[in-house]
Amino acid sequence: MPAIIGRKLGMTQIFAEDGARVTLTVVEAGPCPVTQVKTNETDGYEAVQLGFGDVRPKLLNKPKLGHLRKASAPPVRHLHEFSPNEVGEGLNVGDVVTVANFIPGEIVKVTGTSKGKGFAGTIKRHNFASGPKSHGSHNVRGPGSIGASAYPSHVFKGVRMAGHMGARQVTQRGLQVVGSDPERNLLLIKGPVPGARNGIVIVRPA
Amino acid sequence: MSVIESIESMQLRDDLPEFRPGDTVRVHFRVIEGQRQRVQVFEGTVIKRQGSTSRETFTVRKQSFGVGVERMFPVHSPKIERIERIMEGDVRRAKLYYLRGKVGKKARIREKQRTPQPSKA
Repeated sequence: MPAIIGRKLGMTQIFAEDGARVTLTVVEAGPCPVTQVKTNETDGYEAVQLGFGDVRPKLLNKPKLGHLRKASAPPVRHLHEFSPNEVGEGLNVGDVVTVANFIPGEIVKVTGTSKGKGFAGTIKRHNFASGPKSHGSHNVRGPGSIGASAYPSHVFKGVRMAGHMGARQVTQRGLQVVGSDPERNLLLIKGPVPGARNGIVIVRPA
Repeated sequence: MSVIESIESMQLRDDLPEFRPGDTVRVHFRVIEGQRQRVQVFEGTVIKRQGSTSRETFTVRKQSFGVGVERMFPVHSPKIERIERIMEGDVRRAKLYYLRGKVGKKARIREKQRTPQPSKA
């Protein structure tokens, strides 16, 4: 039951054994040092904290450096907590999680920050239908009706409107691991993964 | 070389002949029908090559019973058994979409006339 933090490198395709083309995302994942193990006794809940991403020590503040020194871990840019049933039991501070734990064919879910779309209208953001473009129409990309009139005399909360879209946490479930390269810390995942290139993604068992 | 490029370079085939748009080729393509596997031959004019490295594809157009048929193949697909280059065409553009609107004699492509070059046999 592996879980890991990684960086999305981009997408490509490979040929499967039967010659079919398989679209895949290349993720540079790990090696992730275990930086802290939280227990019920000391923290009130169980968790395993992993680190990822080499960084110059100068870029980290002293509390973070001290926290990592306590685990004798190298300077890392990102920390993330996993529940013990995601990363597997028996991990201790000082252990290192790598992509070697992932078996091809395994189903995983990948969490990332989706690409930001800025302030988007209702057509792009909520898949509203667009109005007629011709015959004198002035309702091309407008939202249409947002509610009734005298009753209720206000717009209900939660009515779908234009606004900021994307750049939020998205989890894609049911993705398949195609392969891994422990030497180069690469994880190959079938299909697309949330976020832009160089975005941080978290791979967990589905 | 980036990681993506190195993954793609592992997929490349170097056993295929050189060919370009305008050429007439015969593509021997493995088809799996249920349990059986057989080789299908598709012969026609290459009207485009698109993409790069392992993602490159090419499109072959032919006339089949009076109907134009186009088929796209990934250049580096392991399903391609071999490619025969039958004729080298003399064309001036990379994408021969204009052939789609032409039939019969107008859809022909001239064969490239090569002056003998001693250095390149």
